[in-house]
Amino acid sequence: MRALIPRCWLLRERSVGKSCRTSIVLNHLYTRYSLATRGSGRGWLLVGFTVATFVGFLSSAPVAQAQDSTIRAVQNIFNPLSAPAETLYSVSILVMVVCAVIFLIVGGLLTYAIIRYRRRGPEDDHEEPPQVYGSAAIELAWTVPPILIVVMLVLVTARTIGEIEHHQMPAAAEEIRIIGHRFWWEVRYPKHDVVTANEIHVPLSSRTNRVPTEMVLESADVIHGFWVPQLNGKTMLVPNYRNTMWIEPYATGIYLGNCTVLCGQQHANMLIRVIVDTPDVYQKWLETQKAKPVSDPQTEEGRKQFVASSCGTCHTIQGTPGANGVFAPDLTHFASRATLGSGVAPNDEQNLRSWLKDPQTLKPGCLMPDMQLSDNQVNAILAYLRTLK
Amino acid sequence: MSTDLLATAETEWRLPSPRKVGLTLVILTESSLFTIFVVAYLFYLGKSLNGPYPWEVLEFPWLGSFFLFSSSGTVVVAEHRLKKGDKAGFELWWLITALLGLGFLIYTGAEWQHLIYHDGLTLSTNLFGSTFYSLVGLHASHVVVGLLLLTLILVASVTGNIQPRHHEHIEMISWYWHFVDGIWAVVVTVVYIIGMQH
Amino acid sequence: MADPATLKEIGTELRPAPPGHEHGSLTAWIQDLIFTVDHKKLGFLYLGAGWMFFVLGGILALGIRTQIAVPNNHFMDAEAFNQAFTMHGTTMIFFFAMLMVFGLANYIVPLQIGARDMAFPRLNAFSFWATFFGGIFLFLSYIFGPGLYGMGAAPDASWFALAPLTSRAFSPGNNIDFWSLGLLVSGVGSITGGVNVMVTIFCYRTRGMTLYRMPLFTWLVLVTMFLVVMFMPPLSAAQIMLVLERFFGAKFFEAQAGGSPVLWQHFFWIFGHPEVYILVLPAFGVISEVVPVFSRKPIFGYPMMVAATVMIGFISAGVWAHHMFTIGMDSFSVTFFAFATFVIAIPTGIKIFNWLGTMFGGKIRFEIPMLFAIAFLFQFLIAGLTGIMLGCAPFDWQLNDSYFVIAHFHYVIVGGIVFGVFSGFYYWYPKATGRMLNKRLGLWNFWIFTIGFHLTFDPQHFLGILGMPRRIYTYQEGRGWEFFNMISTIGAFVQAVGAILFIVNMIYSARKGQVAGDDPWDAWTLEWMTSSPPPEYNFEQLPEVRSRRPLWDLKHPEDPDWKFE
Repeated sequence: MRALIPRCWLLRERSVGKSCRTSIVLNHLYTRYSLATRGSGRGWLLVGFTVATFVGFLSSAPVAQAQDSTIRAVQNIFNPLSAPAETLYSVSILVMVVCAVIFLIVGGLLTYAIIRYRRRGPEDDHEEPPQVYGSAAIELAWTVPPILIVVMLVLVTARTIGEIEHHQMPAAAEEIRIIGHRFWWEVRYPKHDVVTANEIHVPLSSRTNRVPTEMVLESADVIHGFWVPQLNGKTMLVPNYRNTMWIEPYATGIYLGNCTVLCGQQHANMLIRVIVDTPDVYQKWLETQKAKPVSDPQTEEGRKQFVASSCGTCHTIQGTPGANGVFAPDLTHFASRATLGSGVAPNDEQNLRSWLKDPQTLKPGCLMPDMQLSDNQVNAILAYLRTLK
Repeated sequence: MSTDLLATAETEWRLPSPRKVGLTLVILTESSLFTIFVVAYLFYLGKSLNGPYPWEVLEFPWLGSFFLFSSSGTVVVAEHRLKKGDKAGFELWWLITALLGLGFLIYTGAEWQHLIYHDGLTLSTNLFGSTFYSLVGLHASHVVVGLLLLTLILVASVTGNIQPRHHEHIEMISWYWHFVDGIWAVVVTVVYIIGMQH
Repeated sequence: MADPATLKEIGTELRPAPPGHEHGSLTAWIQDLIFTVDHKKLGFLYLGAGWMFFVLGGILALGIRTQIAVPNNHFMDAEAFNQAFTMHGTTMIFFFAMLMVFGLANYIVPLQIGARDMAFPRLNAFSFWATFFGGIFLFLSYIFGPGLYGMGAAPDASWFALAPLTSRAFSPGNNIDFWSLGLLVSGVGSITGGVNVMVTIFCYRTRGMTLYRMPLFTWLVLVTMFLVVMFMPPLSAAQIMLVLERFFGAKFFEAQAGGSPVLWQHFFWIFGHPEVYILVLPAFGVISEVVPVFSRKPIFGYPMMVAATVMIGFISAGVWAHHMFTIGMDSFSVTFFAFATFVIAIPTGIKIFNWLGTMFGGKIRFEIPMLFAIAFLFQFLIAGLTGIMLGCAPFDWQLNDSYFVIAHFHYVIVGGIVFGVFSGFYYWYPKATGRMLNKRLGLWNFWIFTIGFHLTFDPQHFLGILGMPRRIYTYQEGRGWEFFNMISTIGAFVQAVGAILFIVNMIYSARKGQVAGDDPWDAWTLEWMTSSPPPEYNFEQLPEVRSRRPLWDLKHPEDPDWKFE
């Protein structure tokens, strides 16, 4: 399996537009740096680099026509790139500062007590220190500040909760339905009648022209959790419940996230990729997704094999009779996705071949069984799937 | 060393009876257990996706409740008799209590039989079936335990092993029996009075 | 209880031993351990079993850390990893920490209140064996479960076993059955144990030991046991439902029948949050004994300490949903539970201040128990503050289910509870065995364990901030997690060395340790009045107390405490 996944493929560029050269250079630096550096401040330095990558991208990209393929792999919650994440970030900083001050005061007092009131040699044992049993005044005095702090924290918290949970969506808001499955994400765009999986495209927003995206989160089997730290906090996807959350990203790129609630063996490889596109790119993407996949006569054999091998029982390919299953990802535009198996490996020929031969190699424990396909069948289906742009 | 301390005996030193404290705690912990089942029942009222629903199949358990509630009275009488030293009276009233408890169990058995074979409501039918049988069954299992205790005491008494000085032991069993009764009051309210409206 | 005179006769009586029961023979020793109803021997059994489970859980922890030390690792497969962390969590909570709580309570409480045994000695033995067999049953899953990959079918749905992952449809093997039945059995043991300890404290205090004069350890154990009695049953109830669902097709949490997976979480956390306090309050109790003795001052603000403990006990019942902030609760509930969570910080803060107040103006002796207690204070302070961060719901939406949470609760459980337990062991070991734990080994144990602890858990805070979710068996390179994970794994092995040193010290000092005498720390509570180790009947004559520090009164007749209380 190791051989199949190149080192650090997450940070590899997929489609390289002219405009993103700077970001590539920075990204490579960043990759090398992340492997070479040793030091406790490394996480923060990484953040710095992420920001630098972003800034570099902005300065070099007048209007991005192609999809921005900056991969935001390091999802630092203190480097938010979306409106709700920023709100969470500001209240977090406040709480952290309060806690740090408390730590300094109490920790300082403790340290002082340990040093100042230590036993200073055997002569100290002759006499016990003055026996003090307590003091109502002092005890009252140190009960009041915590109460005040609690009141302050409660007020701040309540305000932020309201801000996030009772947020009014503008009419322009995009709407996405995300349904958690073991171990992949079904993604639906009800406004556009588009169905895809695992790679979630959303439009870019800005502080002046707000285009938030509302996400409706549901589950088809067990509880999952949706978390892309730079976009928003996490929300669980609970069967029989309909949760919502919203994001409003301020930067293009590919955001990585994880399922956060244990959902079975491949919980760790239930990865999320949110792709934030400029409105133009986003529209273009929607158009391609809405279009019927081109049926290339050269891959007709693969299409037949796909249906004959019962792939269609679980997978849907629009316009293909016999391929309308709902248990597995929609493959209508499979070749337009960058990854396989909910982000477990890049969607290239080598990985796809391995996947078709036996999905359990790349993702042991995933629900797609080894279909025992012959090499010819694999070749045919592979060729067919690679045309589903 | 300790004699110094003993020399300063000051006031009378009284501590609560371990039996009473222990049983109180058992009742507390049991109440906590029942609470969860009650909450589950209430939470799922009206949420079953398929029938039978409570309003279709439940009938208010007049007879069962009568048996159980009146047994709480007879157990008090029995306890009182023992304190007075009237062993025969104690055994009579104790027997009546046990028979009333048995009557309750028979009533519940009949009710369940009707529900299962006539109405087709089992533990696995729907949410109502699961929460109903688990809550009522948990209570019935407590009645069974109580009945075993009552029988045990009756046998011990008939064979001459219970004396008036054992009144605290007897009192504990009557506490437990009252608790089982109290739980039934809650179960009746929740399962039948509230439940039958859904 | 019988009067002291008869008990003394029984203790000193000489009877000829039947064959196979001669003093010192192995069979006699084993029989004694199995059939004993003595609170001290049962205390030993609890503690010994607890350390056994600690070693098992620790080995699992090392496995977990090894697997995620580097990205794309293949030390364990996904299933083995899921089993490892589920078993690690379940073992450490229910079969290490709980057993420590009951072991210490069993051994120390009757001595501290001047009783000869627990209220119901046979029930006490039952409680231990139920708990113990529950744990053994859980571990048998590794052998008897018809599992995949030859790994057995250990539970694999994490220690809070979220529905509906635990239903037959998603967990077809017997994994979950081992989990629910094992915990059900041990839960019964815990509840009966809790009742027993509470009755002992209420009904068997020695003459003059009013509730207001009880040592703080006993007070904290009392509140702990109240929580056990009140909040273990919800877990048992939820597990009964789970068993009914898995074996008899009942429908409680099954989404397809209209059931609510959220209900399981409510039931679990109604137990789960008080459980944290069940574990940490006895550690508070140990610290409340150790800090005064080694600062040479009485505890500062005893009434406040008691009041704060009782407050913690009550408030802890109303904060459970802060484990569920990301479930999609309405904003009112979120705000309420965030509020309750902040409020619980107030009594906890009072406790820390009172310990601080006790140290101020004292003459602090840096013996090993005090070192652990000081480390406890710092670490618990940090744990409390990260707890406040997590209690702030918006912050929690980011941090929940991430490694930050792992770091936080390991700060509570290892940095707080395990350090408290170590402190308690170094403090009471001389009483229980008659010999001191070796100080040099103790210093090595302290420093290596403390350094290992910080190496392991400090980096995990950063992992959470960098978006690493918990319970993942693998991750890809480039997410910024490699460095911190590696440090954390190294730390886990350092910690293991520290823990091994402790166990070595316990075994070594039992034979070679310096003889302790009755009262090696010059302490003030009743357990130090009797011999070390105490005789079977604990006290030759039951003492009478007139203050919170009866031994201070004895040692300082010119300046007794009871004049000031």
